[in-house]
Amino acid sequence: MLSDVLIFLVAAVVFVPLAQRLKLGAVLGYLIAGVVIGPFVLGLVSNVDSIRQISDLGVVLMLFVIGLELEPKRLAEMRKTVFSAGSFQVAFSGAALGGGLLLFGLDVKAALIGGFALALSSTAIAVAMMTERNLLPTPSGQMAFGISLFQDLAAIPLLTVIPLIGVAAVAASSGGAHAAHATGWLAVAEAVGAIVSVVLLGLYAMRPLLRLIAATGLREVFTAFALLIVLGIAQLMSFVGLSAGLGAFIAGVLLASSEYRHALETDIEPFKGLLLGLFFVSVGMAGDFGLLQTHPATIAALLLGFMVLKLTTLWVVARLFGVNLRERWLFSILITQGSEFAFVLFLVARDASVLTQEWAALLTMTVALSMAVTPLLLVAYEWWAARRECAADQRPADAIDEKEARVIIAGFGRFGQIIGRLLFANGINAVVLDHDPDQIELLRRFGYKVFYGDATRLDLLHAAGADRATLLINAIDDVEDSLMLTDLVNENFPHLKMIARARNVRHYVELRKRGVRLVERELFESSVRAGRHALEAMGFDRFRARELADTFRRHNIRVTEAAVPLFGDDDKLVSAAKAGRDELAEQMARDRARFDAEHEAESQRGWH
Amino acid sequence: MILIVWAHPYPQHSRANRALLEAVRVLPDVEVRSLYDLYPDFDIDIEAEQEALSRASLVVWMHPMYWYSVPGMLKHWFDVVLARGWAYPDRHGGGGTALHGKSCLWVTTTGGTEEAFTAEGRHGHSFETFVTPIEQTARFCGMQWLPPMSLHGAHLVDDAAIALVRDDLVARLKSWSQNGKQSHAE
Repeated sequence: MLSDVLIFLVAAVVFVPLAQRLKLGAVLGYLIAGVVIGPFVLGLVSNVDSIRQISDLGVVLMLFVIGLELEPKRLAEMRKTVFSAGSFQVAFSGAALGGGLLLFGLDVKAALIGGFALALSSTAIAVAMMTERNLLPTPSGQMAFGISLFQDLAAIPLLTVIPLIGVAAVAASSGGAHAAHATGWLAVAEAVGAIVSVVLLGLYAMRPLLRLIAATGLREVFTAFALLIVLGIAQLMSFVGLSAGLGAFIAGVLLASSEYRHALETDIEPFKGLLLGLFFVSVGMAGDFGLLQTHPATIAALLLGFMVLKLTTLWVVARLFGVNLRERWLFSILITQGSEFAFVLFLVARDASVLTQEWAALLTMTVALSMAVTPLLLVAYEWWAARRECAADQRPADAIDEKEARVIIAGFGRFGQIIGRLLFANGINAVVLDHDPDQIELLRRFGYKVFYGDATRLDLLHAAGADRATLLINAIDDVEDSLMLTDLVNENFPHLKMIARARNVRHYVELRKRGVRLVERELFESSVRAGRHALEAMGFDRFRARELADTFRRHNIRVTEAAVPLFGDDDKLVSAAKAGRDELAEQMARDRARFDAEHEAESQRGWH
Repeated sequence: MILIVWAHPYPQHSRANRALLEAVRVLPDVEVRSLYDLYPDFDIDIEAEQEALSRASLVVWMHPMYWYSVPGMLKHWFDVVLARGWAYPDRHGGGGTALHGKSCLWVTTTGGTEEAFTAEGRHGHSFETFVTPIEQTARFCGMQWLPPMSLHGAHLVDDAAIALVRDDLVARLKSWSQNGKQSHAE
């Protein structure tokens, strides 16, 4: 097993960067790696099945993370796409592909099952391709994802129907059909029960538990718990015969609006990435490449027919459901490939003797090849689209994703809250990060969207969208953490504009030395205002008090700025501070004299 | 109610203008809003200002003349309080009648003598030239423009000269109040 892991890692490290370099995308890299180490080329890995089992977790984790990124509200918005476009696509593509299979001489039942199985697309590959290109938030990306999500749901009834067809054909007269029917009802009850319990757990149990564990401050326990949630649900779902990925997806959606969303995403991400890679490798390994030698013409015809029919039917779906002309082909290509569910469906169909052994293998091979061809097709499409854009000499408008906040507020205490409230009141969305679970709980009760997490962690900043954001508000109260965040941002997100809170002058200087232009001392403005009130109480006109405070502020900021390069040399600093104080007194005296000369009431000179 | 909108940045350093204000602020039915005291940060509370204007039948703009015009604060007050759709009609011609039928009195103190406000004088124009934009502001909002009052060369005149203008102003506001009450009673 250990050597298998070694081989997998080596293959991934060799082939994925190679594929990336050739601009073919990581998915194809993994698939090629799988083919190379698989039984038909090098034969390095023996227990393909056990690897397949582990790697299925990659898909489960992926769906969990996708769920995390989808809040129930947005899912409700997607409902129309998921159900109407999804069911239409499965029926339409399924019928067309089934019709195509009839031409190859299959009987109606086999053609129908084969057609529907081929109509499904691989969520894993589609999402991986979209993430690589940041297409997931675009309208066509959302549509592609919505449909592939529906297909994952549709695979479940298909899986249950196939044995019934097969059994009914073989033993229609015996009582077997009735027994299957009865267990069918029981299975439905179990399935509903499992989904309901996942929903209840997600709604009521997980957040308090996460909060409890976050309060311990032990990161690895948090990670362990995150994995436990996903794997536990996966186990529960497969126990009652449902898709583990579906359960994970539901759990993800339920946690999407929780404050732990980014922290969970961050912790699951590396596991997800590796296991998903392993999944693609296992797909590559499973291909029966012997068929390429024995049935080359059939395979070629099947693949070509499949790609053409599926692409055109998807294009029609895109047209009917309002994907704009520019993105229609892109959408179609993204979900052209056959689904990993198809592998299972063909297997079940073979066992139920709906499909012959030979046809099950042929169709499996077709799907596997389509998975490899799709990324290539996308590369070709992008090349073509780029040339077309060049020719037309017009760039498409950048997809502005309103769902992604462009402001990140790190630290949501007294300081950050004021900023946040001002922004929210003006319709500016912000991702808010804080690391105090009690504080977050309180804020959430007031309706603020606050995420739990330590903003000084690079991965969390990534999860919060720092590479896409334009502004980061560093309102962390701890000086060390605030400076650490500043360094992190300078190093990794140099494009990000920062507004920083300084606890004191030393902190101010440290931030300025790090190149932060906009630094506000947390008590300065309120103290100046209080000073103004004091002047008013001493009999100054209110507007005059304001002018004096303005002069003071300007001077103070200038002196503080001048101290930045002197910091660290206490002697110089002290003398500079002294000089600054004298200078201020002098300047204000001059100012006062000038004012009095102009406004002296008693002098009879003023016309005021 | 008579609303006095007073714009002086340094009330304590005022001589002529403050003398006028102190004489009228004690009159019954007079409300004074000292803009520089209310909004030292120029953060004018538009609703509060409009509400006060709504209750007034006579609006008095009183201030020292700055650069042939109103002080910056009063200009800002014009800009934000006399809003489209409230003080004058919106794009579709609706609304904008809040000040209709009210009267407007302009009271200023200037640093120029009457001789300076002539074509040959220091300021190159008659004082009436500088009245025009203020008058039109009031008229545009549907207010009736009363003959304005000004105290020229306020830095040169003696207390007696100031008292003369002050008494005139007091008399005008008093008679307005009485006439207002009469017309109210009718």
